[in-house]
Amino acid sequence: MGFMATSESYVIAIGTKKGLWLATSPDRKGWSLSGPHFLMSEIPSIGIDTRDGKTRIMVGVRSEHWGPTVAHSDDLGVTWTEPEQGAIKFPEGTDAALERIWQIYPDAESRPGVVWAGCEPISVWKSTDGGEHFELNRGLWDHPHRSDWGAGYGGAAAHSIVVDPSGEKVHVAMSTGGVYRSLDGGASWEPRNKGISAYFMPDPNPEFGQCVHKIAADAAVEDRLYAQNHHGVYRTDDGGENWDSIADGLPADFGFVMLTHPRREGTAWVVPLKADGERIPPGSKLSVHRTDDAGGTWKELHTGLPDHEYNAVLRDAASVDTAEPTGVYFGTRGGDVYASADEGETFAEVASHLPDVLCVRAAVVVGRPAGAENPLAAAEATLVAEAEEIVEAAAQTRDPDSEDPATVPG
Amino acid sequence: MADFTVLLPGVLQPLVGGQSYLTASADGAVTVGQLLDSVTEDYPVLARRLRDETGKLRRFVNIYVNGDEVRRLKGLETEVAAGQEILIVQSVAGG
Repeated sequence: MGFMATSESYVIAIGTKKGLWLATSPDRKGWSLSGPHFLMSEIPSIGIDTRDGKTRIMVGVRSEHWGPTVAHSDDLGVTWTEPEQGAIKFPEGTDAALERIWQIYPDAESRPGVVWAGCEPISVWKSTDGGEHFELNRGLWDHPHRSDWGAGYGGAAAHSIVVDPSGEKVHVAMSTGGVYRSLDGGASWEPRNKGISAYFMPDPNPEFGQCVHKIAADAAVEDRLYAQNHHGVYRTDDGGENWDSIADGLPADFGFVMLTHPRREGTAWVVPLKADGERIPPGSKLSVHRTDDAGGTWKELHTGLPDHEYNAVLRDAASVDTAEPTGVYFGTRGGDVYASADEGETFAEVASHLPDVLCVRAAVVVGRPAGAENPLAAAEATLVAEAEEIVEAAAQTRDPDSEDPATVPG
Repeated sequence: MADFTVLLPGVLQPLVGGQSYLTASADGAVTVGQLLDSVTEDYPVLARRLRDETGKLRRFVNIYVNGDEVRRLKGLETEVAAGQEILIVQSVAGG
């Protein structure tokens, strides 16, 4: 099936617990939804690479049965390709196996083809061929702190990667380990968590071990980053040397999301949750909060969002686009997806009743995503094991004479 | 030479051109691991679906030799005799 690139449009890639959906719009007003792709596989990570005037959608796919893999599409979801040997594969001698791809991060425009990945077990990877093959970052993998890093509720993973314009300064955030910084392009790493509380540990101010949930870089101010922590919202103005709380003005300092504006200094978005022990929106009212002064003040953005919501928004289930004004997008664990074309001032529902939303990425692309005209073809293009008939397949192949049925885990 | 047959669940058959089983030949008995090595040699994606990069069988992939799940035998070291059928079945899992 050929694909003809047409005019500019907007795409939201929605990774869920049971597959990927794509939403497209010519104007960010009305959205057409297609999918699912990779039905019954979770999609915890998505990267949309729009460099060089092309669009490549990369997805981390994980089947509970058949394991994790990375697939990519160069035709906006019409077809998917998976490198035969796997894009991310722990090398011999590490005695480790890939569990889940948590982050796919296309690098700067000036470094075409470079894509970073953050994975579980805690590891960072780098591709120089557009995400088809990744190499393990040995500096972090062999770090002496490794044995002391722990697992968050969702697993032990590197989930945030921020690379500065030079490519030399790289910040990684992991749960649980905190923020680590490299000043040599990833060759060596040092923890940079001063000021971030780890109240849940015997020493609440350790060198590392913080449960940082997400970090993001300011668009315009060098060395300024923002962090949403496991209780705590922070900013650093010196590349992580010192972190200061910017939680004042928010209804809660817990949450997972941290987004920054693609161009404008001082603008960031969070989606607060009440508390560690009550992971629901404060007052059960779903709101996004935006700062335009680097955390000095926050504005609640609720127009178009439900007054009653009991689902959380996960760390990667939110995204901005690069349009003007910037679009803000997020999805809930209840399967609802919202889009704003005005920096969060007003939201509209794009999708509802999907499986738990794990990852949302939005971009301005050339052409239309798969399924805009032929959703069936898009779904059929799924390369990874099409598992919609999984139970039936098991039944068909099980030895009918066997008295020893297949294992039935929970 | 003895022939061995590995039966695949329907969900994996698209990875091997729609075949419902794969065959291999060997002199005498082989282990399950050796048999998997042999039949997946030309199908690296299938190999990755069944085992991780350390060679370990994925948690919810079950392999039966003559009706017995190999984890209750000797795992991938379980010997397979000529004429025995190998059955791959995924666990009934999820929600």
